[in-house]
Amino acid sequence: MDARVNTPAPVDYLLHLADNAVVLGQRNAEWNGHAPILEEDLAMANNSLDLIGQARMLYQYAAERLNADVRAPRNTAWPAGPVTEDTLAYFRDVPEFRNYTLLELPHRLALVPAAGGERDWGVTTVRNFLYSALMVLVWERLSQSTDAHLAAIAAKSLKETRYHLRHSRDWLVRLGDGTDESHRRVQDALDYLLPFTDEFWSASAVESAVAADASGVQVAELRDEWNAIVDEAIAEATLKRPAAADGYVTQGKSGVHSEHLGYLLAEMQSLARAHPGAVW
Amino acid sequence: MSQIAPQRPPEQRSQLLESEQAALWTALDELTDPEIPVVTLREMGILRDLRRGADGRVEVVITPTYSGCPAMDQIADDIQATLAREGVAGRVVTQLAPAWTTDWMTPEARAKLRDYGIAPPHTAAACGPGESVIQFAPKSGAGRADGSGATARFGMPTLPVACPQCGSLNTTETSHFGSTACKALYRCLDCMEPFDHFKRI
Repeated sequence: MDARVNTPAPVDYLLHLADNAVVLGQRNAEWNGHAPILEEDLAMANNSLDLIGQARMLYQYAAERLNADVRAPRNTAWPAGPVTEDTLAYFRDVPEFRNYTLLELPHRLALVPAAGGERDWGVTTVRNFLYSALMVLVWERLSQSTDAHLAAIAAKSLKETRYHLRHSRDWLVRLGDGTDESHRRVQDALDYLLPFTDEFWSASAVESAVAADASGVQVAELRDEWNAIVDEAIAEATLKRPAAADGYVTQGKSGVHSEHLGYLLAEMQSLARAHPGAVW
Repeated sequence: MSQIAPQRPPEQRSQLLESEQAALWTALDELTDPEIPVVTLREMGILRDLRRGADGRVEVVITPTYSGCPAMDQIADDIQATLAREGVAGRVVTQLAPAWTTDWMTPEARAKLRDYGIAPPHTAAACGPGESVIQFAPKSGAGRADGSGATARFGMPTLPVACPQCGSLNTTETSHFGSTACKALYRCLDCMEPFDHFKRI
């Protein structure tokens, strides 16, 4: 062990990482019982388990930190008693969530909802690819975090996220370099989702703070590496990267969300809120 | 349980008496993985340590395999029940670092997995340095044969997986994920049997 000073990352940063994982985990779990083939049903269930497991480790750590800090702001709507992982997952509302907007979107194309049915496998594939390509880089850096506990969570999560990247990249190539229909649908998904990744590179106060004390990552600095991973896969999949456009950059990580997150949370949180403390 | 004298140096304070430790290990060695009942928790490398905590209570240290592995709660319950049966006041401590790796699986565990019909993970010695993940369908270039490309460092060219039934290396992966997060589905192209492969992480 080296003698590095342990620098705890801010709770807001832990929540950003945890919310990303829980929201995508909840979304991907929507495929349970509906995936195109049984193997992919299992794959999405396992992917969700990994993501929700990562979120749990981060929420548990955040809860521990909140409980240890008497000055930490406490939401009066939270259940009485110590903060737990469940408090953070089930009793925060939309503006308190810090996940990227990309991760809360439904599994279908916004403008042609009928085209892919309720869930479109192309959208799922592209989103999982774009996110896991970022997170292998983020977890890799965070495994060197000056926050020792966060570094341990990152080292664990990196192993799983590598698989998520391999899995989604494999599907991206197969669908892109597949039939005319699979190519068209995955290209549509890429055109639709790529603009949401601009949020990755936008500035946020918490990311600047964690970059300054090396407890976290300034994600904007990972942009070239991420582009290399993405462009290589897009080329192999015979897809075209949509031209960059100057448009609205989503701000989910600052708590400004699309209309979709509320529905997702309503489903995810309804049981815990209707029956506080429920266990089985 | 005798209290440990406070004047003992810290490195001894965390140790259990040898006789206590032997008895507890024997009891804990009975515990098997809830999802793969032929291997014990110790052989899997999940059960890491037995020690005495700062308050004098026994601590059983476990390391999770996958973040969301649903078996971990069962494993903690099983250990707690064993401690209670042995009359030991103790608790289960989950330790994240160093992250669990299949390299901790003992040779006995690998042999038992194979006998049970699960192709065991490759060893670190077989794979060489660095992290490794299984190779997915060859269509993907994520693990290009020449090791080049932006994604290449997140995986390595990997070794073929031997069929646990007939030993043939002529096998193919049918699904990246199997019945649990730790496994992938394979099929033997010689004896045609499908089988699980425990992925190396």
